[in-house]
This record gives sequence, structure tokens and C-alpha cells, in this order.
Amino acid sequence: MTPLVSLEFMGDTSGVTPLLQLSNLLVRREKQTVLHIESLFVESGDVLAIVGPNGAGKSTLFLVLARLLKADHGQVLFHGRPAESFHDLEYRRQIALVLQESLLMDMSVYENAAMGLRFRNKSGDEIHERVNHWLERLGIVHLSGRPARKLSGGEAQRVSLARAFVLQPDLLLLDEPFTSLDSPTRARLLEDLKSVLIETKMTTIFITHDLQETLKLATRMAVILDGRIEQSGVPQNVFDKPMNDRVARFLGR
Amino acid sequence: MIFNLELSSITLLSLRVSGIATAISLLIGLPSGTLLALAKFPGRSFLLSLINTGMALPPVVVGLAVAMILWRSGPLGDLQLIYTPAAIVIAQTVIAAPVVTGLTTAALQQLNPRLQLQLYGLGASRVQMILSLWREARLPLLAAVMAGFGSVISEVGASMMVGGNIRGQTRVLTTAIVLETSKGEFEQAIALSVLLLLITFLINWALTWIQQRGKE
Repeated sequence: MTPLVSLEFMGDTSGVTPLLQLSNLLVRREKQTVLHIESLFVESGDVLAIVGPNGAGKSTLFLVLARLLKADHGQVLFHGRPAESFHDLEYRRQIALVLQESLLMDMSVYENAAMGLRFRNKSGDEIHERVNHWLERLGIVHLSGRPARKLSGGEAQRVSLARAFVLQPDLLLLDEPFTSLDSPTRARLLEDLKSVLIETKMTTIFITHDLQETLKLATRMAVILDGRIEQSGVPQNVFDKPMNDRVARFLGR
Repeated sequence: MIFNLELSSITLLSLRVSGIATAISLLIGLPSGTLLALAKFPGRSFLLSLINTGMALPPVVVGLAVAMILWRSGPLGDLQLIYTPAAIVIAQTVIAAPVVTGLTTAALQQLNPRLQLQLYGLGASRVQMILSLWREARLPLLAAVMAGFGSVISEVGASMMVGGNIRGQTRVLTTAIVLETSKGEFEQAIALSVLLLLITFLINWALTWIQQRGKE
């Protein structure tokens, strides 16, 4: 195993193995470097917001984290083990993905929420119990039998979240999950998601360009500009003390 | 006057031959259409244009090509398949397979490309991902089957050339219609045509019913 490079970039790792560590991660597209992460780690229970303007490399990072895109260089440690030592499927079955569009399948709400569990060949009883629990928790249990295509945007995104939470993943990845919602719907969903994240202590990385969301949900944030992490830390600290002009400008300070 | 017995055996042969050809086309077309829709490889767009051309292959041309291969002097002549129902199945498969392949590709390309990512992100294996996409595109896929069957149950050129329209052996509805017309037996020809229309209508009606039920 290659020795770890400096990890002091985002806080203190002493004693505990972070859930996820990235070092010297490089993604190139047509000979241009689109992402270069020197160091980033996520500890269990963290809610890390990756914040940046459009085209900054957030989505590329997201795809790498979800193992849907291979980095050209660098190391990813998951549970302290090199990510390559996990089979693709083994890795992906420890994470869950929620994307900007809810991307529900043309079947009932219940069946949508049960999908990931069915992929894992879980028993009917276990599926029933977990799906109902999460539909209830996210306030959509009354929609259980409804076809997914008859849902409103907010309801659909709740199903998408339920579909991820039922998997009890080690790492939850959210890619701008609220962007396409109107603001009252978004505010309610944000509130509910916050309470679920606090309650479950689920390790979460979410991509956003919305600073309000970041302040509301995140325990830590990383500002990514032009493919590099410019600053990271506790959100309030980053907001209060932007490291340079570029970060300050992005934060509107 | 064609006896009822003969009429029913012609009808059954038509259904059997075109049904088997459609089934084989599905076995070929579903995986290859999926590959063309999802995989990126060199020569893919060339293959796609080939398939699209294949969707409009004139049955007579297919009949000629298959006949040349199956003739006694042809490369597969030893199999002695020419003028048998198997020869018609082969020719009809050549006609229907590109139709099913092309429409499968189109059906899967209509889906949101990010759906694949989402399915992987929920822990689907490659096979589970593909099965889920098929499930999601089940209605257009059903349309692909309908179009495949429709293209072969109604073709006459290939069946005539490789089957030979032999009474009691390779005579199908369309070749029987041609024969009756050439004999001046218009009543027979019209009766057979109505029967052919009825069969295609019934089958398409059943498939459409399944489609609509899926939509509710």
C-alpha cells in the first residue's frame, strides 16, 4: 500500500480511520486536467458539502466517488483500504446515490423504494420492513401504491431519498438533489433531510452550488473552484474567513 | 374451393413460421440492440447504419440471397433446407432481426442516459441494470416485437423464393393469395386476405392491450 500523503488539509484524522480518503486524485479530459484533489477525507458521520460554481468539477468528483468514472491518477481509500481492492459492485453496494433528477422507474412508489434491496436479494420481509419504515419517515407512506409517474417533483425526490436510505449505506452521495424543486417544497424537504441525517448520523457527501443548503445541512464544506479544492472546513468558519479572493467572491463576501 | 382443412393448415403454418422467425429475431435483436444502445465501440455508428438499412431490406432480395445459399449447389445446399418451412424461417429471421435490433436500440436510447448511473448507484450489477432498462422500456420493446412480426407475417417475396409455395408443405397465407390471384380465383384471394388481416389485427390488438394495461 502506498503511504498516505498529507491529510492535514481537512482537519485531524488522529486515531480514527476516515471512511473515505482521497489523495492526489487527478482526472483529465482531452489532455486538460478537470479535477485535481490533493487531499480530502470524510469521517463517519460527516455531512460534507462540495460547493462550487457550475463547471468547477463537482460532478466529476461525484462520479469518481460513486465509482462511475475512473480517475487517471491518485488514490482513494475506502474504510482504509484502497478502493481498487473492492470489486466495483462490492464498492457500489456500500454507497447510495441520489441525483438531481429523481429518475424513478415506471412502477409503484413502493417498488421504486425497494429496488436497491431487490438488487441485493434481500428477503421479502426485510424489504417490507425497511421500505415501509423509510416511506413513513419521509412522509410518503400514503403514496406507497401510487405509480411513480403520477408524483409531484417534491414527492418524487422523497422517493428517491427513501430508495437510498433503505439501503443503509456507509456513504450517501447526493448530487444537487433539490435544484429542480420550487422553494417551499425545497425548504420542507431540506428540513426533513436535516433531521434524518442528524438522527441516523449517516455519512453524506452532497454536491451543491447553494450556500443556504450548505449552511443548513453540512458539518463540513469544501469549496471547489476550477477543479481544485480551494478551502475546506466548518461551514461557518469558511464563510467568516475565506482563504482568498476567489473563495470570497464565490461566497459573495 | 380451398378446403377448410387446407386453409387452417396454411394459416397455422404462417403463424408458426412467422412466430418462430420473430422469436429468433428477438433472441438476436434484443441483446444486439442493447449492445448498440449502451456500449461505445469503434464501428458502432457504421453498424447502426447497417441495421437501419437492414430494417428496410426488400423481402425479395433477402429471398434471393437466402435461396442462393440454400440451393443444392449453394454453400449450405447439403442441409437440404430449400423449399422447406425452415428455409422460410431463416429468410424471415433475416428480415425481422434488423427490425427488432433497430427498434430495441431506439427504445433504449429514449431512456434518460443518467438512469444507468442511477441504477449502478443503487447497487445494480450489469445484468440487473440491463434487465431494469428493459423493464423500463418494455412498451417500446413490445412495439419492436409487433413490428418484427408484422414485417414477416405479411411478406411474400422471401417465402415464395425459398419456400416455393408447395401445397401442403410450404404454402403460407401470402403465397396462397398470390397463387389464387394469378389463377383468377379472386374470391379465394380476398377470403385469404381477410383472414391474414384478421390474424395480424388480433395479434396486434392483444399486444396493444398489454401495452395499454402497462400504462395505467
